[in-house]
Amino acid sequence: MANTEQFRTCPATGLKVHLPAERLIKANAVAAVLFLAIGGLFGLGVALTRWPAVHLLPADWFYLALTAHGLDVLVVWIIFFEVALLYFASAILLNSRLATPKMAWAAFALMLVGAAVTNVAVLQGTSSVMFTSYAPMQATPMYYAGIVLFAVGALIACFIFFGTLVVAKQERTYEGSIPLVTFGAMTAAIIAVFTIASGAIILIPTLLWSLGLVSHIDSLMYRTVFWAFGHSSQQINVAAHVSVWYAVGALVLGAKPLSEKVSRGAFLLYILFLQLASAHHLLVDPGISSEWKVFNTSYAIYLAVLGSMIHGMSVPGAMEAAQRRHGYTNGLFEWLRKAPWGNPAFSGMFLSVIFFGFLGGISGVVMGTEQINLIIHNTLYVPGHFHGTVVAGTTLAFMAITYLVVPLIFRKDLVLKGWARLQPYLFGIGAAGISLFMMGAGTLGVSRRHWDITFSDAPLPFDYPGAAFLMMGLNGIFAILASIGGIMFIVVIVGSILFGKPAGEQTFKELLFTGEASAVGKHGSEEHPKVPGTLALVAVFFVSFVLYYFVNWKYLSEIWPLR
Amino acid sequence: MALTPPDQALWWKRPLSRAELGWITIAFLWGLFMFFFMIYWHGAGKQNLSNEAYRISAEKFTARTQAMVDKYKVRDYETKQGVKIPVVHPPAGEDVYLIGRLWQWWPILELEKDQSYRLHISSLDWLHGFSLQPVNINIEIHPGYEIVLTVTPDTSGEFTIVCNEYCGIGHHTMLGKIFVVEQ
Repeated sequence: MANTEQFRTCPATGLKVHLPAERLIKANAVAAVLFLAIGGLFGLGVALTRWPAVHLLPADWFYLALTAHGLDVLVVWIIFFEVALLYFASAILLNSRLATPKMAWAAFALMLVGAAVTNVAVLQGTSSVMFTSYAPMQATPMYYAGIVLFAVGALIACFIFFGTLVVAKQERTYEGSIPLVTFGAMTAAIIAVFTIASGAIILIPTLLWSLGLVSHIDSLMYRTVFWAFGHSSQQINVAAHVSVWYAVGALVLGAKPLSEKVSRGAFLLYILFLQLASAHHLLVDPGISSEWKVFNTSYAIYLAVLGSMIHGMSVPGAMEAAQRRHGYTNGLFEWLRKAPWGNPAFSGMFLSVIFFGFLGGISGVVMGTEQINLIIHNTLYVPGHFHGTVVAGTTLAFMAITYLVVPLIFRKDLVLKGWARLQPYLFGIGAAGISLFMMGAGTLGVSRRHWDITFSDAPLPFDYPGAAFLMMGLNGIFAILASIGGIMFIVVIVGSILFGKPAGEQTFKELLFTGEASAVGKHGSEEHPKVPGTLALVAVFFVSFVLYYFVNWKYLSEIWPLR
Repeated sequence: MALTPPDQALWWKRPLSRAELGWITIAFLWGLFMFFFMIYWHGAGKQNLSNEAYRISAEKFTARTQAMVDKYKVRDYETKQGVKIPVVHPPAGEDVYLIGRLWQWWPILELEKDQSYRLHISSLDWLHGFSLQPVNINIEIHPGYEIVLTVTPDTSGEFTIVCNEYCGIGHHTMLGKIFVVEQ
């Protein structure tokens, strides 16, 4: 049994906070932000090199920076932050102690050492193999070893999360079912176990191969298993950032789910079907049957997409219902107009919902269509898509909740509040622009992971259309915008942690919903107010989705016939 | 709240609102439609990637490509650096071979408009990406596997094959050409 001195009571939420868990959340969040800064910087280098008029880095540095960018932001930043979220959603939300804090520190150390080792391997210049490290291109053993260490640490963290759920249940620290956000975090953790197992299955043999102990790694086998790791890890992010959406809605607006059943059912669809997405990367690879492609790429009849479309209604719906209960009942959109747009937690979260749905979501389904992938595979459309999901979606959502983590966990008031207010807009619009213009360039055929689209050193002449150069320039400009937003985020967060005044009543009032929660507490399911504004938003989304889907079939029908 | 246990202990027995049920139904039906549209396109559409592929060694694939070049070479193409690349004009309907290797697509193909060819593509070393521009057809090319597709160029002119799978420091110089001529 944990002794009571290890807990404090949160003045804002009334939750019992386990202090060892709190320290671990802080450590993981700080490591996350550190790697966001490093990875973001590499990303700026990449974007400025791909802007033909600037063409900043030489070729070897470009491929090095692109490898480091992918690793540090796609893997290290996001997973450190997710570990912090797992500890928060288990120990803190359930009023429980964290299972085995010492193991959690060991996991933290493994992840930190692993990330450092891989970064050093990349910076030495001998492992510019991209985040995907496709065999038979080979990195140094250190590169793979670092990733394996990092993954082992992350796996331990997942099991500490599951252990904490067991502890909380046995010690009866909560009544009834676990909260929705904890359920979402559990979804992420389950997918993470599958993901990390796939990663081990592919990266351990590859490590042995780079050491000379295994003679051959088949490239098709590598891609198939790698993407069971690589794509599934993006599905961890989806489950995690949807949980963050619900959490921010609850903390900032006092929102509660329209229906627990629907929201949890949608998470369940993620657990059952999201892992099939390895297929998205194999749609134009040789030797794979169309039956396999069609079934897997659609997550079995688009059932995981169904999950996301459900969240796409229930997240804004929950917020609309809350706002209407608070008296913003005029017209379709008063609830949205009068939302706290100056609160960076809210604005970041809401922009994340919109961008993830319209940019990342729609493009993902379209490019994951078996035949349409022919006009998209490995073009810049692909990074365009995942900057919509992982940057404008996940990263922005994580930034948003960080504005609440600082007062609640670090117990500090924000510094530079004007910067904080502006930051989600700059970063969000920057990231959305990056996503949009890369997709535009990709539609025009421009290759991803390419140092020089003018082909000045190539033996044969070729020019992409002029519009592609415009797209790359716009991409560079929006990357600068996103970078300014990223730097502001880091300055505000690090500044607040180091120099912020202790958080007080006033801090919570500025950032959190402080109304009477119990007055709205008993509504549920059918009794919630009608949400016509959300229905209108969902209708706009659906029409855009259908139109864009058919536009791409039209593009496909114009290429050379092939069979 | 989403951060606290559900208010009703039996939350899974609460009925759904009509709006939610409606949206779930629409989303589900749309998923069903998109699923069957892929299958429909296999029958009705003209752009479906072949699933025909074989394991093949680099030596064997090189030999077959060389045999085609020896048989159907029509001229040389001279690059900016003065390197000569054979241009091959195989008869319509013929098996055509294309090698991807560090950092070149070889040889240069000359095809006739509106004729069909069985195009074999393989890599001799690492992964490469066959990206035909400006048509925008993109296929992943593996070492040890040859993919065989039947392609019917329906536009004439000069087309470029860009490598769009990262293949090391010379990746951005890896180009190839396909010329499509009127019959």
